Amino acid sequence: MPTLKNTVARLSFKWTPGRITLAIVAAVLVAGLLPFVKMSLIVNGVFLGAIIALGAIGLTLIYGVLNFANIAHGDYMTMGAYVALFLLTGAFPAFGIEGEGLGPLTFGYPLLIALPLAAAVVAAGAVLLDVAIYRRLRQRGVNAVVIAMASLGVAIALRGLVQVIWSGETQHYPREFRQVFRLPLDVRIPPDSVFIAVVAVVLVVGVYLVLTRTKMGKAMRATADNPNLALVSGIDTQRVIRWNWIIGAGLAATAGVLLAVFQAQLLPIMGWRFLIPLFAAVILGGIGNPYGALVGAFVIGVTSEVSTQWINPSYKPAVAFAIMIVVLLMRPRGIFGDSG
Amino acid sequence: MALLEASRIVAGYGETEILHGVSVTVDNGEIVTVIGPNGCGKSTLMKAIVGLVQVRTGTVIFRGEDISSLPPQQIVRRGLCYVPQSANVFPALSIRENLEMGAFVRDDDYGGRIDEMFELFPDLAVRPNRKAGSLSGGQRQMLAVARALMLDPVLLLLDEPSAGLSPAMTNLVLERISEINATGVAFLLVEQNAREALRLSDRGYVLSAGENRLDDAGHALLDNPEVARLYLGG
Amino acid sequence: MDAIGIVNYLVGFAIMAAIYAVFALGLNVHWGFTGLFNIGIAGFFALGAYTSALMTTKPPDPALFEDFVFGGNWSETHFLDLGIDLWFFLGLAAAAAVCGIIALIIGYVTLRLRDDYLAIATLGIAETVRLFFLNEKWAANGSKGLYRIPAFLEGWVSPEHYDYLYLVVVLVVLSALFLAVERAVKSPWGRVLRAIREDEVAAEASGKNVFRFKLQAFIFGAVIMGVGGALFAHNIRFLSPLTFDPLLATFVIWAMLMVGGSGNNRGAILGAFVVWGIWTGTQFLPGIFSDPNFRFFMIGVLIVAVILLRPGGILGEERRITRAADS
Ligand SMILES: Nc1ncnc2c1ncn2[C@@H]1O[C@H](COP(=O)(O)OP(=O)(O)OP(=O)(O)O)[C@@H](O)[C@H]1O
Ligand SMILES: [Mg+2]
Repeated sequence: MPTLKNTVARLSFKWTPGRITLAIVAAVLVAGLLPFVKMSLIVNGVFLGAIIALGAIGLTLIYGVLNFANIAHGDYMTMGAYVALFLLTGAFPAFGIEGEGLGPLTFGYPLLIALPLAAAVVAAGAVLLDVAIYRRLRQRGVNAVVIAMASLGVAIALRGLVQVIWSGETQHYPREFRQVFRLPLDVRIPPDSVFIAVVAVVLVVGVYLVLTRTKMGKAMRATADNPNLALVSGIDTQRVIRWNWIIGAGLAATAGVLLAVFQAQLLPIMGWRFLIPLFAAVILGGIGNPYGALVGAFVIGVTSEVSTQWINPSYKPAVAFAIMIVVLLMRPRGIFGDSG
Repeated sequence: MALLEASRIVAGYGETEILHGVSVTVDNGEIVTVIGPNGCGKSTLMKAIVGLVQVRTGTVIFRGEDISSLPPQQIVRRGLCYVPQSANVFPALSIRENLEMGAFVRDDDYGGRIDEMFELFPDLAVRPNRKAGSLSGGQRQMLAVARALMLDPVLLLLDEPSAGLSPAMTNLVLERISEINATGVAFLLVEQNAREALRLSDRGYVLSAGENRLDDAGHALLDNPEVARLYLGG
Repeated sequence: MDAIGIVNYLVGFAIMAAIYAVFALGLNVHWGFTGLFNIGIAGFFALGAYTSALMTTKPPDPALFEDFVFGGNWSETHFLDLGIDLWFFLGLAAAAAVCGIIALIIGYVTLRLRDDYLAIATLGIAETVRLFFLNEKWAANGSKGLYRIPAFLEGWVSPEHYDYLYLVVVLVVLSALFLAVERAVKSPWGRVLRAIREDEVAAEASGKNVFRFKLQAFIFGAVIMGVGGALFAHNIRFLSPLTFDPLLATFVIWAMLMVGGSGNNRGAILGAFVVWGIWTGTQFLPGIFSDPNFRFFMIGVLIVAVILLRPGGILGEERRITRAADS
């Protein structure tokens, strides 16, 4: 198992005066505000952060290796959520796979099957889209921002497709009402959130192991780090790219399903609306840095959730956006990147 | 038959042509140095040979096979490895991981090769889990060479291995090159420290504005008054 | 529909297409000439529309249960009366100014950084603007919307002929903007923009302050979008946060520019008419083609198809200017 010590070593964090000031300011702010913050908001923020993390890790990997902002990433999440909906309400019942209210959870065991299947479907779709669109553009040697533009087209088309197939109406997975867990300090945790956290932890650890222990994972990091050197080292960059999409889109689809569970509803625009927290986490952590994205996700999740104590909750995306802008002003390469 | 025979290479970026028909050859076990003024296309020549820049006309024959239109992955598999002028390590990866990436195309167990590299460059063995990005310039250069050696190449292309290094460090790097050469690896070098590099080279080429200007034995170029005046700083 | 009905329909269509053409021109300044990736057009659209609407609308009337606190009532104040009252153009100017200021702030923060940070920032602005107008009822009546937005030269013609008049107004503004953009991009300033788009490093190396030029272009484009928003507000005369859905306020405009030919102002205008024609025309088709969701899907496909198959759009970029710049 990876130890905390070598995780920290990999980030190779140095305490520069700027960082020390930043840390002190942050610590004072957190300590000063903590007594006024409802514990439940922090806990909820951690769960939200877990979902953001799954999306952001995939996004940052793709960003790092392919060097473009995948505007369609949010819609890969949406796709994942709706493919699972199709399986749960359309495909599975035909085979008698049905049920809700598994133990303390609102949903039934079929979701446990639908989740990996939806991830696989979206991952396969992402690989196909890469072959059909992005690879051609890469071979043509176009500017990265044109590829991002194409991903905007993909985002629109995917959302349109979701609306054509499932309509624009709010939907939800088959569910049964469940009591929340009541903890001290007025913290209420819906059991579903515990499930979300468990899935997120398992996947994050899994991705960490893949990236640090397998040859393909190391090659993915190497390609993100220095694509030209990867090429002349003999790394099969086509395969690296394929695995990137599989992991990135698979995580996104999982995040989409979890988001649908978390919000107890599905909407075609859910993924598009999630783009801002996703990119905020990625930029906070430094582009191409999956560990940074992980930290960034929790920062964004907790802060935007905690902000609802003072600010209208519907401003959560704006809070994420504001954090991102402040980071861009102060540390354009993210909290772990070099300044400047 | 020459180990590497690049003839009349024409290459460039976008619409600009940088190399207008450059030829170089390297024989088995040789050290060959390419010198020339800044921007004359030395790096472009190397990139064209390893397949990073497209060869528009001309041929690159390596061990009797035409590799001019092969992608880099295919070329390194054939035993021709390359260390770029800059950004020649993976900064976010550890020393050990950098070496593993050098061996990416190997399917056998390359653990032994890593140990050999640690013997050759003991500096790298001190903390193999250190990130390459935190290494000093000299250590980084050593790591870059070690990475390229992971595949047991027959020919190694080094683009300015001593760039940015102190004179002592430069000598150390060039010494290592001679040692490795003694084990049978041929080298094609680009060097700013032309005098030192030519001293250990069998032959040298002088490029200028994307064309061959001169080629001769290493010591002959050193003794050539014109070369001395133009490229060796008087 | 009888002949008059068809003509009225076409006039209404032409007004909307021409307003979209204004946005396409603004986007052309961003993307076509400078390579700035703005995916939050809706933000500037909304800011422009709301600014002009709020400045010109009558103050709120408690009898109508209106929640907003400020209406500038410019349409009644007669402070620029040159025979006809020109309040309308003050509204356009205010809209332009607000968009320009927001673009200055956003551009200042992001334009020094990677290209795609701008995209994310514009997306954030669009979302923030939408949330602001949705939640802050005091600002613009929240989701109830503003519905007493004045029309320009209202009493001049009978209501059933008003659209003809407004079409002329929109076309005049569009032509003026077209000429302004044409002049700008054919000037030395415009040549620098294109040099930046083609090769930022080279432009920087030749001593150009790339950041400054990008910021100017970003503001210029946003100002044009602000004008478009104001034109829209006084045409529809009803605004609510739902009006500025990303589909019709951002995506469609991208499709217009890509189809018409990015980097070509005539192309931008042509694209606006063609895509708006397809968008509105397909609703009369039978079956799935008139399904708005399917048309949504097709907008995305259209953008990807243009990038892959015909990157220059219908008209393509005017090469003439580039060559003039070389010589
Ligand atoms: N990626 C690139 N795109 C466009 N032009 C390039 C690129 N790389 C190099 N050039 C240009 O090609 C020419 C030759 O460059 P090259 O790097 O081969 O020179 P060099 O001889 O290695 O110089 P140096 O001694 O500085 O390393 C230069 O004019 C350079 O500006
Ligand atoms: Mg060079």
